[in-house]
Amino acid sequence: MALDRFFRRRRPQQQAGAELPDLWTQCPQCKEGVYNRDLDLNAHVCPRCGHHLRLDAGQRLEVLLDPGSFQQRSGRVHPVDPLGFEDTEPYPARLARAQKKTGRPDAILTGTGTILGLPVTVAAMDFAFSGGSMGSVVGEEIARAAEHAAGAGTPFVLVAASGGARMQESALSLMQMAKTTVALEGLAERGLPYVSILSDPTTGGVTASFATIADVIVAEPGALIGFAGPRVIQQTIRQNLPEGFQRAEFLLEHGMVDAVVDRREHRTYLRSLLGVLTRQPAGEASA
Amino acid sequence: MSTPADTLRELEARLRDLEDAAQRTGQDLSVALTPLRAEVERLRGECQAHLTRWERVGLARAPGRPTALDYVERLCTDFAELHGDRAYGDDPALIGGPARWGGVPVMLLAQQKGRDTKSKIRRRFGMSNPEGYRKAIRLMDFADRFGLPVVTLIDTPGAYPGIEAEERGQGWAIAGSIQRMVRLRVPAVCAVIGEGGSGGALALGVGNRVLIQENAWYSVISPEGAASIIWKDAAKAPQAAEALQLTAPDLLRLGLVEEVVPEPLGGAHRDPDAAAAALGEAVSRHLAELSALGPDELKAGRAARFRAMGAFREV
Repeated sequence: MALDRFFRRRRPQQQAGAELPDLWTQCPQCKEGVYNRDLDLNAHVCPRCGHHLRLDAGQRLEVLLDPGSFQQRSGRVHPVDPLGFEDTEPYPARLARAQKKTGRPDAILTGTGTILGLPVTVAAMDFAFSGGSMGSVVGEEIARAAEHAAGAGTPFVLVAASGGARMQESALSLMQMAKTTVALEGLAERGLPYVSILSDPTTGGVTASFATIADVIVAEPGALIGFAGPRVIQQTIRQNLPEGFQRAEFLLEHGMVDAVVDRREHRTYLRSLLGVLTRQPAGEASA
Repeated sequence: MSTPADTLRELEARLRDLEDAAQRTGQDLSVALTPLRAEVERLRGECQAHLTRWERVGLARAPGRPTALDYVERLCTDFAELHGDRAYGDDPALIGGPARWGGVPVMLLAQQKGRDTKSKIRRRFGMSNPEGYRKAIRLMDFADRFGLPVVTLIDTPGAYPGIEAEERGQGWAIAGSIQRMVRLRVPAVCAVIGEGGSGGALALGVGNRVLIQENAWYSVISPEGAASIIWKDAAKAPQAAEALQLTAPDLLRLGLVEEVVPEPLGGAHRDPDAAAAALGEAVSRHLAELSALGPDELKAGRAARFRAMGAFREV
């Protein structure tokens, strides 16, 4: 630890937005340079200000699951271009770029794993892939994961990170809201818990479907969560939005989420909660 | 120069005269009527097929286009509007209550845009707050309790994007309404009668059958919204409408609706009575078909309908 502090004291004092070498990341909130290794060890939470940095789906499951426990199930379902959608570029070109960037066919990673020993089925949306937008593949993989959880008799944990439904698949994207809801019915019918974790950001059609019908809704500190985006609201009402509007703490205050839980506590929180709901013996963490 | 639409109007008038004459005199005029009818049908198809997607969006928003209440007045009897979500308030943009649809008892849920400036403002142009969706949820409980089939009329630019709407959980309310529809144990027939704007429309759209009027649109985002995101310019909405493929024929082709309900030439506002007659018949027919099914079959059928939606490939 002493060595650690020594390195921290020598943190480079960079200007906001300045390029940092690969070893360092600038915290978007406090603008301090943070040693990447510190971030990795701290679930990508800024050790200085507590800001929760965005995670891609792979990093998310590393934080959430016991090391080495993840068995991937998603990945065989790939997107197509059902409408021949072209805006500033063709949809397939957009997809190819996002696939290359993330190494995933679409904005979702699902599978099974354990949380402090408790088996779960998980789905993590990938904001790094096209803003985590929900098209047919995201809907299908979430539906399959929920159905797997129901079949295998495990709890289902979903981490939302999405700007909403994917415009390039138009009404097909919209219908994923109903499709995922249908698939989640199996869990309810079998009395299996479904927990959703809303991370930064969770907006649009994701907020208006599977993410908010969970048995327990957890939000990450500071996460932007809402249906309409702040810009759209501002354009409609033409006044400034209140401080903290649509942030996790705001939603907790308005009764929309069950708890705001620090990412570093997610595993112990989920293990204890799911242990009670599935009548498992208490884990070590809850001793 | 006469356009196909002019020719069509002329032929339609001649057809009406002939039909009147046939009825009045009791004469068999089928020799004249049959080819005339065929020609009118052909021209109708030609006129409608040439509408651009953006032109159809224009018809869906045309001033004077029948609103939900215009159809309710023409098609329903015994409508008892039930107000409020029992938690916060009543949303005038989403109305509902038991009624008879073509004589059949139903639970009617409809998005109401307003018919004049004052009522449009009061009803927020059909954009619901969370109370609207929570009222819909309450009335679906009611429908299940009394075994009333649910009929929804969808006509909204989208859910209302406001501070209070977010404070009261707009996303939660929409998600709850979708889930409540999934769980219905009675038949549900939905009809998009104007604008089917995004999640705010889908909240009433999880039916066993989903119909759409010929010039209505249904999309994940409005053409203006898409244009603002893509080109940072809402004026590019016509291009966005093309890209989004949001018209009734598009949705039928994509397998997302069961039927396109025809409108009078030039749009429903040209002849609200004829538009209502076609809508009334189509909804009644689907209700009749579904009436043979039991609660489990209805729920399973609805689930299967939506579970199958999406386009992807498996590798």
